[in-house]
Amino acid sequence: MQTLTNRAKPVDRRPMTFMEKMYIPAIAKGMGITLKHLFQRKATVSFPEKKRQFSPVFRGLHVLNRDEEGRERCTACGLCAVACPAEAITMEAAERKPGEEHLYREEKYAARYEINMLRCIFCGFCEEACPKDAVYMSETFAPAMYERKGFIYGKQDLLIPNPKTSSGK
Amino acid sequence: MTLLSIDWFFLIEKILLISGVLVLSLVVAMYSTWGERKVAAWIQDRLGPNRAGPMGLLQPLADGGKLFFKEEIIPTNSNRFLFILGPSIAMLVACMTSAVIPWADTITIAGRQISLQVADVNIGILFIFGVVSMGVYGIMIGGWASNNKFSLLASVRAASQIISYELPMGLALIALLMLTGTLSLKEIVEQQRAGLWNVVYQPLGFLIFLICAFAECNRTPFDLPEAENELNGGYHLEYSSMKLGFFLFAEYINMFISSALMATLYFGGYAYPGMDKLGLSENMLALTGFLALFIKTLLFIFFFMWVRWTIPRFRYDQLMRLGWRVLIPLALANMLITGAVELLRHH
Repeated sequence: MQTLTNRAKPVDRRPMTFMEKMYIPAIAKGMGITLKHLFQRKATVSFPEKKRQFSPVFRGLHVLNRDEEGRERCTACGLCAVACPAEAITMEAAERKPGEEHLYREEKYAARYEINMLRCIFCGFCEEACPKDAVYMSETFAPAMYERKGFIYGKQDLLIPNPKTSSGK
Repeated sequence: MTLLSIDWFFLIEKILLISGVLVLSLVVAMYSTWGERKVAAWIQDRLGPNRAGPMGLLQPLADGGKLFFKEEIIPTNSNRFLFILGPSIAMLVACMTSAVIPWADTITIAGRQISLQVADVNIGILFIFGVVSMGVYGIMIGGWASNNKFSLLASVRAASQIISYELPMGLALIALLMLTGTLSLKEIVEQQRAGLWNVVYQPLGFLIFLICAFAECNRTPFDLPEAENELNGGYHLEYSSMKLGFFLFAEYINMFISSALMATLYFGGYAYPGMDKLGLSENMLALTGFLALFIKTLLFIFFFMWVRWTIPRFRYDQLMRLGWRVLIPLALANMLITGAVELLRHH
């Protein structure tokens, strides 16, 4: 039979030699290996002090984007909610009133926009589905919390800061 | 100062010495737990405990505090008296062994010769043997009183393992005793101070003693009485809080004592090469001697840990075969050869 790789080795069923039966050489060899590991570089990253860089395609917590004038881009079309395989996104649409043009870019906007981070599987389909470039996935992840309530992120948690009002800081 | 014909200085001196030795073995056992975790981590390419205090040095205090404040559970159908007696015996016996180990040579304070050994009894090794084999009663009683089949199995394992390994250990020691001609640990050390270390004359005997010491301390590769994956933790399965802590602590004290014993019997105890040529005062000599013994003991403790994180556990039949069919014949052969050589030398 042809093997998948050339690395397969037949099982050695010969009876053990005297040296092998003594175990001591094998144990000494093993202890040499562990002693070597004692002085090797450790794989641990001391997390809160040192942070590892995420990969450029990392999909973390969502953010709701604004345009250059600080208006919300989301138009509450619901495509992200449809695309979401975990059904983590819910939203309620509302009509933009006259005088609110500086707040919302389109005539329709999301009055309520919630993502349940416990349901979310961070697949990034919402990001792909969004026609308005409103939903993006950032490079942070959800912190630990004591209650489930805290994992339902509303608009105030998701929206990025307004570049018009908070850029000076 | 003799009042009512009692030598009060002697009493005070011994009380101080006993407390000192007890505190030393407790502190060493405490920091052995820290050391064990550090060594385990380093061997597995991790960092180990490093959050509690600098380098995690306060970790044993945190562990002890945790054990003290945990809920104390005594199973309903257990024998309450024996359930409490088990860890008490384990701890008591572990603390008793240190009495005959000579920690250093005599020191002189205010004209009084003080021996840094709690009791220089002339049957030191026999005392240790007698006391150490009592230790298994703690495990047996604890395991049996738990009313749990896993605990019972573990305690049966522990008993048969310790009986099996006490024999080759004793036989290996007989060879050593033929060489030294004394049972007193102090004299054994003094002989090594004058000549070579016993390990030079008794390499095989030392190896057998070392293997048996691992088995007696229930350490890997002979930790069958507390096999986590087969017996859910073994004889201390039903124990919680500080009673569990006592069992675990007794193991570390035993490890410390057997390390000190091995250093004393085979590696010169408090004697180190060239200690009499340094021209130090008597007290300085005792201090450096104590440090030498301490370093030797720590090296042995490290060896215990190193082995634990290298070698997997024996199967039970392999353990018994090693004890009865390999170690006992080897120890007997060692004894016969030593006896023959001693006979030839003295004629």
